[in-house]
Amino acid sequence: MLDQSEFAFNELRHLVTDRAIEGETMLLNMGPQHPSTHGVLRLLLELDGEVVVNCFPDIGFLHTGIEKNMEAKSYEKAAVMTDRLDYLNNLGNNLVYCMAIEKLAELDVPIRAQAIRVILTELQRIASHLVWLGTHTLDLAAISMFWYTFRERELILDINEMVSGQRMMTTYFRPGGLWRDVPVEFEDAVRDFIRIFPKRITEYEAMLNENPIFLERTKGIGVIKPEDAIHWGVTGPMLRASGVDFDLRKVDPYMGYEQYEFDVPTHTDSDTYARYLVRVEEMRQSLRIVEQALDKLPYGPVRSNNRKYVPPPRSELGTSMEAVIHHFKLWTDGFEMPEGSVYAAAESPRGVLGVYLESDGSTKPHRVHWRTPSFDNLQMLPVLAKGHLVADLVALVGTTDFVLGDIDR
Amino acid sequence: MGIEQKAGDLGAVTMRLEQAVNWARTYAMWPMLFGLACCAIEMMAGQAAKHDMSRFGMELMRATPRQSDLMIISGRVTRKMAPVLRLLYDQMPDPKWVVSMGDCASCGGIFNNYAIVQGVDEIMPVDVYVAGCPPRPEALVHGILTLHEKVRGEKIKTWA
Amino acid sequence: MENELQNIVSVLVERFDVEPKEFRGQTSLIVSPEKIFEVCQSLRDEHGFTWLEVLTAVDYWPQQEPRFHVIYFLYSIDKSMRMGLRVPLPSVSPTLPTLVELFANANWRERELWDMFGIHFDGHPDLRRILMPHDWQGHPLRKDYPLGYEEVQFTFNAEEIDRDKPYAKE
Repeated sequence: MLDQSEFAFNELRHLVTDRAIEGETMLLNMGPQHPSTHGVLRLLLELDGEVVVNCFPDIGFLHTGIEKNMEAKSYEKAAVMTDRLDYLNNLGNNLVYCMAIEKLAELDVPIRAQAIRVILTELQRIASHLVWLGTHTLDLAAISMFWYTFRERELILDINEMVSGQRMMTTYFRPGGLWRDVPVEFEDAVRDFIRIFPKRITEYEAMLNENPIFLERTKGIGVIKPEDAIHWGVTGPMLRASGVDFDLRKVDPYMGYEQYEFDVPTHTDSDTYARYLVRVEEMRQSLRIVEQALDKLPYGPVRSNNRKYVPPPRSELGTSMEAVIHHFKLWTDGFEMPEGSVYAAAESPRGVLGVYLESDGSTKPHRVHWRTPSFDNLQMLPVLAKGHLVADLVALVGTTDFVLGDIDR
Repeated sequence: MGIEQKAGDLGAVTMRLEQAVNWARTYAMWPMLFGLACCAIEMMAGQAAKHDMSRFGMELMRATPRQSDLMIISGRVTRKMAPVLRLLYDQMPDPKWVVSMGDCASCGGIFNNYAIVQGVDEIMPVDVYVAGCPPRPEALVHGILTLHEKVRGEKIKTWA
Repeated sequence: MENELQNIVSVLVERFDVEPKEFRGQTSLIVSPEKIFEVCQSLRDEHGFTWLEVLTAVDYWPQQEPRFHVIYFLYSIDKSMRMGLRVPLPSVSPTLPTLVELFANANWRERELWDMFGIHFDGHPDLRRILMPHDWQGHPLRKDYPLGYEEVQFTFNAEEIDRDKPYAKE
C-alpha cells in the first residue's frame, strides 16, 4: 500500500500551485476520516500558514453503484435503493422516484396519498435540517445543540416508525400512492409534534441567534453572489440565502403543493449565518404546510386503482384466483413500463433532487440518473474556501449541508 | 478469594488479573469518531439524548485511530474506501475491536455490485456483527454489550 | 409560457437544424455533437437558460450507431422552463466539447461521465476519474460492464462460499 501522504499528493500534483511544489505552501490531507467532513469526503488543502490557498475535494469514497444496481432490479424493487441515496431525506427520494414512474406510466395518485406524502416529506425536511443544525453547530464548538436537535428528531422518526415500521429506510411511498394507509394514531402524533416543535425552534434561536461565538464563526463567511450561485448550479437553501427566490414547490408545484400557504424564506446576506437563518425559517414553514395538510386530510384510497401497476388489495387475494396470479406476476416479474424517458424533480432539504428515468419497455429501468443537489453544492466549496482560514472551512463544510450518499450515489 | 477472610477488613478487593484487566477494558472503550453512511446517523442517534450510549462507558469518541480501541464500521464500505479503512485499523493500538454495524458492512446488504466490498470482514477481522438496515440504536447498544461479554471472556494468554 | 417555449424551439430549429421532440410534456431537442456548444450558448445568453440542471448519458449497447445519448437539461429560473437536449454519440471514441465555460457545474458532471461512460470532453480543464479509484479499469455504467454480482450465501451453499471467501487476518 502506498504511504498515505504519497497517495494524497501524486494524484493531485498537477492541480496545486508552483509554490506548493517548492515547499513554500503546505499540503494537508483532510479526510476521508475526519470528524468535520460529515462522512467520507477527502479534501486536499494547500495552506499558506492558516489560510486556504486551494482546496480540492476528492469524492467517491461512498460510491455505491446505485444507478447501475437499479438497472438490474424491477421498478418497484429498485425503490428500496432510493432510500439509501440521501440518507437524511429518505422519503423525499422515494417521492421523486415515484413521481418519475407516475409521470412515465401516467398513473394517478389519490388525493389522500398526496396529502400524506406532503406531510411526511415535510417532516423529513425538518428532520434533515435538525441533523444539519446539530452537526453544523457541533463543528462550531457548540455541542449542546446536538443533544437538543436529536431529541426532536426522534419524535419524527417515531412517526416514521408508526406508519411504516422502520425509522429511516421506510420505502413507504410506492408507485401510485402509499404502501398502506396511516394508522389512526398518526394524526395525534403529528399534532403533538406541531404543538411541541415551535417552542423548540425558539429555544434553538435563543441559544444561537445572538451567541457571540456562533456569530463570529458564521457572519461574513463564505459569501455567494446570486449570479455565481446559479452559474455553479447551487440550489436549495444555499441559493435562497443568496437572495434568489427559487423553490420548486412554488414554481413547479407537485403533489398538490399549490393548495398550501407557505413562504419561501430568502436572505440577502448570502453568508453562513444567512443560510442558518433560512434553514431555521424553512423548518417553521414546513410545519405550516404539515398543519394545513393535516387539517384538510381527505378520506379515501391511498393507492391508485390502476391494476396494471398496482397489486390487488390483500382482501381480494383470499377470494379471487386471478388476483393471486396478478399479485404473483407483479411481485416476481414486475410491471412493464411504456417506452420513453422522463425527468421529475422535487425540492429536497438540500436543493433540487431530480431523477431521469428511461425505460425500454421492459420490467426493469434502462437508465436511472439521480440529479442530486449536494453534488453541485459541494462543487462550489473550493471557490468559497479560498482565502478563508482552516477553521472557517469547517463552518463552510457544515453550511453546505451535503450528504455523501447523495453526492457519490 | 480466601485472603479477605484471613486478612480481615483491609478495604481491599482481590481478583484475578485477567478479570481486572477485562473489566477495565470493558468500561473504558473509546470508539473512533468515524461514520460512513446511513448507519452513522443511527450511531449518532445512539450517542444522543434518547439512547445515550455513554451509559456503557462509551461517551468518549476519539477522532484519531491512535487513541481509540473500538471501531464501529457504520455503513457501506466501498472499494475506494477499503484501503483507507484498513490503514485506520492498522493505526489503532492493541487491543482493538471492530463492530460491523448494519447489513452493508456485514455482508454487502442490498448492494451486491462492483463498488461495494461484500462484507468488511474481507479487509479486517470483525468481532460483532449488528444486523439491520440501518440497525436501531438499541440494536447497536446490544451489539456493544455483546462485545463487552466477549471482552470479559478473553484469556490472559491471548494478550499477555 | 408554452408559446414562448415553442418560439425558442422554432428559432433553434431554424438556426442549428435541431430536431424537436415532445414526450409527457417535456420538450427535448436532438442536437448533433458539433453544435452542442453553440446551442447551449444561445440558450444561455439569448433565452435565459442559465442553469445546467442535468448532465448525464444513456448507453444503448449493443446498438453501435449511435451508442450513447448524452442528455442535458437546461432550466430558466426567470421563466420556469426546462429544455432537454440529447446528443447522440458513436461507439468509437465518443467525444464532446466541454461546457465548463458556460456552466461551472459542468466540470464535475463531465468528469462523472468520463468516469462512468468513458465519454471524452475536449478542452476540459481536469478530466480525471471522480467517483471510482484513480486506477480503476473500465467504465461501470456502460451496459457491457458487469454488475459485479457475488453469489449470496444460503444454508445449502454457505460452507462452499465460506471456503473461498477472502477473510482478512489480523
